[in-house]
Amino acid sequence: MRLTAHVLSFVAKLLSGASVRWVDEFKIDTSQRVYFANHTSHLDALVLWSSLPKQLRALTRPVAAKDYWNKGAIRRYIADTFNALLIDRTNIKVHRSPVETMIRAIGDEHSLIVFPEGGRNTEPTMGSFKSGLYYLAKKKPELELIPVYIDNLNRVLPKGEFLPVPLLSCITIGAPMWLEEGEPKMEFLARARDAVQNLKEL
Amino acid sequence: MTVFYLLAEAPEERLIKFFDEQTNILLGVVFLVLVLALGAIYALRRQPENIVNPAVRRTFELRVRAWCMMFAILVAGFFLRGVNGPAILFGLVSFWALREYITMTPTRPADHKTLFWALFFFTPAQYVLVGLGDPNQWSSRGSDLYYGMFSALIPVYASLLIPASIAISGDEKRFLERTAKIQVGLLICVYALSYAPALLNLELFEDPKREIAWEGSPAGLLFYFVLLVQLGDIFQYGWGKLMGRRVIAPKINSSRTWEGFLGGVLTTALVAVLLRFATPFEGLEAFCMGAVVAIMGFAGGMTMSAIKRDRGVKDYGTLVQGHAGVLDRIDSLCFAAPVFFHLAMHRPFFYL
Repeated sequence: MRLTAHVLSFVAKLLSGASVRWVDEFKIDTSQRVYFANHTSHLDALVLWSSLPKQLRALTRPVAAKDYWNKGAIRRYIADTFNALLIDRTNIKVHRSPVETMIRAIGDEHSLIVFPEGGRNTEPTMGSFKSGLYYLAKKKPELELIPVYIDNLNRVLPKGEFLPVPLLSCITIGAPMWLEEGEPKMEFLARARDAVQNLKEL
Repeated sequence: MTVFYLLAEAPEERLIKFFDEQTNILLGVVFLVLVLALGAIYALRRQPENIVNPAVRRTFELRVRAWCMMFAILVAGFFLRGVNGPAILFGLVSFWALREYITMTPTRPADHKTLFWALFFFTPAQYVLVGLGDPNQWSSRGSDLYYGMFSALIPVYASLLIPASIAISGDEKRFLERTAKIQVGLLICVYALSYAPALLNLELFEDPKREIAWEGSPAGLLFYFVLLVQLGDIFQYGWGKLMGRRVIAPKINSSRTWEGFLGGVLTTALVAVLLRFATPFEGLEAFCMGAVVAIMGFAGGMTMSAIKRDRGVKDYGTLVQGHAGVLDRIDSLCFAAPVFFHLAMHRPFFYL
């Protein structure tokens, strides 16, 4: 399993020619984080995961849609390889809400990769964020929320395409942010979206 | 697999030596110059900052690094000739250059499949044909067949199939512009550059009647060509710095001047005469070849500058941080290679 993950992430890095930039001095500590990024391609989670330092990879789980990644043996195998946390997008119930599942799954050691747009975006501008990130931050305020901007991967492997075009892409990892005390949901989500958007200009 | 099988069958005695005396002299001199340049970099690093302009120093360091890479690629290619090393290594450079070019050029989602075929079919196919055209490894079939194939693949097949494939994708927006972008990328990054390793396939003669075969090493000729292109760049830069006044096109490139251009072309032509021992060329012929190489190198530099200005980037390398710009280094090589190949094949200056 571990080997497949490393091989896949090596291939993904080769195909995407991804260069990684850290806006802040990136400390390798094991504090729990939520990396949230714009989402345009299947490679997003894979490339972001591979661009993390080795020690952090083992602790970081990408969050993915159950209705998509549970279909077929290959998809299930890939999701399993990366220790992905599959979330049910269609059948949300109060006692097993996605946020509850995430918090339970990460315990007090894992970090998450989430795509708050809720699905792969095909428009040139980023979509609005779903509220999961807000509830995650509210339930577990000590989580470091780290904005990530992924550039050009939508051209490497766009939605609906199977063959990758290995252009050069770039991943920008921003400074951590937190939910302010008493910050309203919409304001926080807009601020988080701006944090990702601003990384594009850097 | 059959390719490698047939390569192993090639008769030994037909192999023209790549490392003959003239080639070794040329390689040795360039190697010494590179060692001296590396020494100069080391010495400059130990000096206080204000002695040399940091921008000039940085340009110099980048250039020397690129030359060392080129030297290593060429020599490695010559050693690996049994497995078509030069074609494979130039092919990888082309692939990387095209990748940079497309990254910089905006495309539409509907172009995705076309781009895939450009990178994964036409680029490797071009270099496979160049590699197969090596007459020393294919005793029975001449390189004529492969010359015909590799010189037509991109101008004929790719040029016609690219617009068709974009049309099939069903997106009509800015159709001609999108077609042209991909065609130009393939033409410059792949087709033009592939003429450099194709120089190894040329059969050259000592005399105008094409009776006495030239005994020299084609590797020496390729090295001579790459060296002249690089020297052409340096001389134009040097003359421009020394006495450049009239800038040719300030909006495109503010450092290219008429003085630098003319001085560079003349100096390159003179060096081409001096180094002609590695080639079949006569004196006047070598002079013309050197001048043509410098002029085409200049044309390549200007064209790539125009593309970069249009896209609003300074160097292809700064496009994505952390990547060295391959396209920045090979622009003059790309433009000079097909012309040098063509003139070396037909040698019109021979009759001057």
